[in-house]
Amino acid sequence: MTAVVAELSDSNFNDFVAKHKVALVDFYADWCGPCQAMKPVIDELAGEMKGKVSFAKANMDKAGATANKYGIMSIPTLLIFKNGKMMDRLVGAFPKDMIKQRLAKMVE
Amino acid sequence: MDSYEVIIIGLGPAGCTAGIYATRFGLKTLVIGKEPGGQANEAHKIDNYPGMLGVKGADIMSKFREHAKALGVEIIYTEVVDIKKKSDGFIVKTESGEYEAKSVIIATGKKRRQDIPGENELRGRGVSNCATCDAPFFKNKVVCVIGGSNSAVMSALMLAEHAKKTYLTYRKGKDDMRAMPTWVTSAETNPKIEMIFNAIPKRIEGKEFVQAILFDKEGKEFSLKVDGVFVENGAIPQTELALKLGVAVEEKSGKIKVGPDMVTNVKGVFAAGDVTNGSADFEQIIIAAAEGANAARSAYKYVRKRD
Ligand SMILES: Cc1cc2nc3c(=O)[nH]c(=O)nc-3n(C[C@H](O)[C@H](O)[C@H](O)COP(=O)(O)OP(=O)(O)OC[C@H]3O[C@@H](n4cnc5c(N)ncnc54)[C@H](O)[C@@H]3O)c2cc1C
Repeated sequence: MTAVVAELSDSNFNDFVAKHKVALVDFYADWCGPCQAMKPVIDELAGEMKGKVSFAKANMDKAGATANKYGIMSIPTLLIFKNGKMMDRLVGAFPKDMIKQRLAKMVE
Repeated sequence: MDSYEVIIIGLGPAGCTAGIYATRFGLKTLVIGKEPGGQANEAHKIDNYPGMLGVKGADIMSKFREHAKALGVEIIYTEVVDIKKKSDGFIVKTESGEYEAKSVIIATGKKRRQDIPGENELRGRGVSNCATCDAPFFKNKVVCVIGGSNSAVMSALMLAEHAKKTYLTYRKGKDDMRAMPTWVTSAETNPKIEMIFNAIPKRIEGKEFVQAILFDKEGKEFSLKVDGVFVENGAIPQTELALKLGVAVEEKSGKIKVGPDMVTNVKGVFAAGDVTNGSADFEQIIIAAAEGANAARSAYKYVRKRD
């Protein structure tokens, strides 16, 4: 049940969130250990919610301006978008079920 | 309901290692963990785990997990919200399902204290618990670190590389600091770091983002204008589930009391890692892992009646 997790940068970020009905973007950096720990969780979620939610990650080195725009000062941060609009924000490492519940609310 | 011979709660060094050993003892094993990797994720670089010099904490923990998975250990990434004892075992409850277990190993580790007013409200908006993650966001800003441990001093040193000014504040005096003296000297001699002692944090203030932090110093209030607050004021053992089962904890430290074989006072319940008093407060990956191995063996002996 693997699904693709897209890699976003400042140049394709807006397109991605506008194009997908519900999208989750995981802001991370290579230097951030807790971000790395989220990877298996995000990968599993992407598989489980395939077709309902589109998943992407945004590296701070490539999407710095976007992170700035959304006031991100702590990573990992997960932003949830619906029709291009930011609806929810999770700062820190969260258990899979909790992220899933927050996403389920958007899919309804 | 799926049934296991042992359910391990926690996916840090202790839980992962317990999973590996339990599976190799032939037990039907499930590991349930909220945050894969646990506290070691925040370690910038590990220089004391044999065979892995200079490796990032998160990388070591990925290797632990891959190792467990390769041996067929079943892992779920979720939180255990409740646990109950029944006549012949336990019911372990998560948000997404219930599982039955003959024995449990509690390896829930420690979690940061989060009790300064304003801390939770402004988390991610200037409040952080991870300098290795977030220091680069504070380039040319003013930040304050709270705490007197190695993590606090290391955070201040790391932040000073980015921020224009870093305060390191501690609620007790300099001589009470738990950090290694060499680290303290490095902070003291760093022109970008100012240390303030006997300062008790009262409130973190800010509307949308952190603007200031208020302290009480010997009965007088003072405030620092800052853009960021890094809270490193210690962690507490995660014993909520253990207490529900009647597991005995040490009064002073709050840690689970274990014997040399990681046995608790409750039959069928074992514990390992930073959540126990087994290491005499020497909280290290290698020690948590060793306790996990030991706990798995005890669970095996208990379940298969090899005592
Ligand atoms: C910044 C930092 C640097 C460090 N540097 C080093 C170092 O250089 N060398 C070294 O040896 N050690 C280092 N340590 C210490 C080391 O990380 C710990 O001793 C070790 O992680 C303890 O392992 P543990 O498995 O007992 O607990 P933890 O690592 O705390 O793991 C606990 C696990 O239990 C999970 N959990 C908790 N409650 C629940 C629940 N209800 N349901 C499901 N899961 C739950 C957590 O999510 C986590 O997965 C460092 C620690 C920190 C914070």
